[in-house]
Amino acid sequence: MLKRNQLGNKSIVIIKTIIHAMCLYFLMSRFYFAFTDQLGGDPVQAIIHFTGMSAFKLLLLTLAVTPLAQWSQQGKLMRIRRMLGLWCFTFAVAHFYSYTAFDLHFDFLLLGSEVIKRPYITVGFFAWVLLMLLAITSLPILVRKLGKRWKRLHNWIYASALLIGVHFWWSVKADITEPVVYFVMVVGLLSLRWQKLKRYLGSARR
Amino acid sequence: MLIRTKSHQDLTEAEVTDESVFQNRRSVLKRMGFIGAGSLLGGVPAANAGLLDWLSGEDQTKGKPTVSQKALSYTDSSHRVDETITTEHKATTHNNFYEFGLSKSDPSQNAQSFQVDPWSLTIDGEVENTITLGYEDLFSYPLEERIYRLRCVEAWSMVIPWVGFPLAALLKKAQPTSKAKYVAFQTLYDPKQMIGQTSRFLGGGIRYPYVEGLRLDEAMNPLTLMSVGMYGKTLPPQNGAPIRLVVPWKYGFKSIKSLVKITLTEKQPPTTWNLSAPQEYGFYANVNPKVDHPRWSQASERRITTGGLGADKRIPTLPFNGYADQVASLYTGMDLRRFY
Repeated sequence: MLKRNQLGNKSIVIIKTIIHAMCLYFLMSRFYFAFTDQLGGDPVQAIIHFTGMSAFKLLLLTLAVTPLAQWSQQGKLMRIRRMLGLWCFTFAVAHFYSYTAFDLHFDFLLLGSEVIKRPYITVGFFAWVLLMLLAITSLPILVRKLGKRWKRLHNWIYASALLIGVHFWWSVKADITEPVVYFVMVVGLLSLRWQKLKRYLGSARR
Repeated sequence: MLIRTKSHQDLTEAEVTDESVFQNRRSVLKRMGFIGAGSLLGGVPAANAGLLDWLSGEDQTKGKPTVSQKALSYTDSSHRVDETITTEHKATTHNNFYEFGLSKSDPSQNAQSFQVDPWSLTIDGEVENTITLGYEDLFSYPLEERIYRLRCVEAWSMVIPWVGFPLAALLKKAQPTSKAKYVAFQTLYDPKQMIGQTSRFLGGGIRYPYVEGLRLDEAMNPLTLMSVGMYGKTLPPQNGAPIRLVVPWKYGFKSIKSLVKITLTEKQPPTTWNLSAPQEYGFYANVNPKVDHPRWSQASERRITTGGLGADKRIPTLPFNGYADQVASLYTGMDLRRFY
């Protein structure tokens, strides 16, 4: 029997539909404006920043789902976590693609040397690879196949979030206020899982 | 299956759409985009400005210079790069001018009420004649148009038609003394007008006023330009009105804007970005494809000219930004890796 004030299946479907619609709309509209030269003097920089920041914000939202569901005792909220994570990866793909295609013009030699030489790109690239692994293994069939290992693998989301925080921090030329605020948000969301992380790190050491 | 047949009574989309809405469809779409983006996923400050603009109905003026720019009379010069010129819109909406905000679109939005008249530019220090120029005096030198490459340290570049006069003409009038070895430049300090100077959050944590410097021989080089205009008109505020320096063979941050003071000195003067991050920005800052910046490869650059995403090209960066013939001799015998 449903407890009072519990979100029903219908509410979850509505929330999911809204998130899908908004993410799709923002992604499509920004690229439309960028391609039609309506995104400021340099649409390349604008689209790289937009997709990167959006991916980061979606990752923070993804990490906020579990604590929010626990705090509000709305277990069904957990069902939006996967889609938020996948949208985060979608924006991260758009980010990496925009950099490779529109900034570097598919100069893969330059891409390779930039990933190696520029610390902020190195950490960003590792974070991106982690997100890709997590996105692939969030296919239902793989979730079932991986069983217990799935959870351990997906704990890497925490490392990815920290790396993205560092990526943003190091990419800023002068004022670091904004990246610091974001980094504090990441640390805050991780500290809510302190007990779990302590156990996890402890078992990894043994 | 639903099969729709069209009868003569059915209205088409065009018939029910008000003509004014149709004519403004782009702007309507744009406003929808900006309000949406500003409210959730907007990563660029412009998006937030867009939201406010949408509410106040002013987004038509967004990014467009609203201060009046006067047409200038000038002669052509032989300094003309034969490459596609960047559109005026891009050159005036993609600016690094932290005094007016940190994002590239901030200056064109925040600088429009900037007062350029009256103005005062002083040339002092190791000179025989201290000179003070008022606003009208800035335009008293014979003006010429020069089409120069502009290479930003962030690995993008533009081609811009400047209007101005050689700095040498100004310095000759002031007559540097025998002690003068360097030239120090200073931007206006006026936090009331320049929002970036009010706090380190808004100004990117660099020190103000913005200062720059050149060696005297660099300053006297015929390429070194005092610009009072671009695209045939006086400079818009975001590009450094009413007068700025243009040193085409150095990274853009050397070309200091909205100048109020030029001081001839005996010792090498401090420069803003060098003070902020000495391991990243040197005093010389000559465009050099062989010396990478810690954040960017300088071997190539993205040339911004016209059009949307994918329209620009990545091209190799040239030593001294393609002006090696005119300036390489200034640095004979110097290790340009050390003096970056």
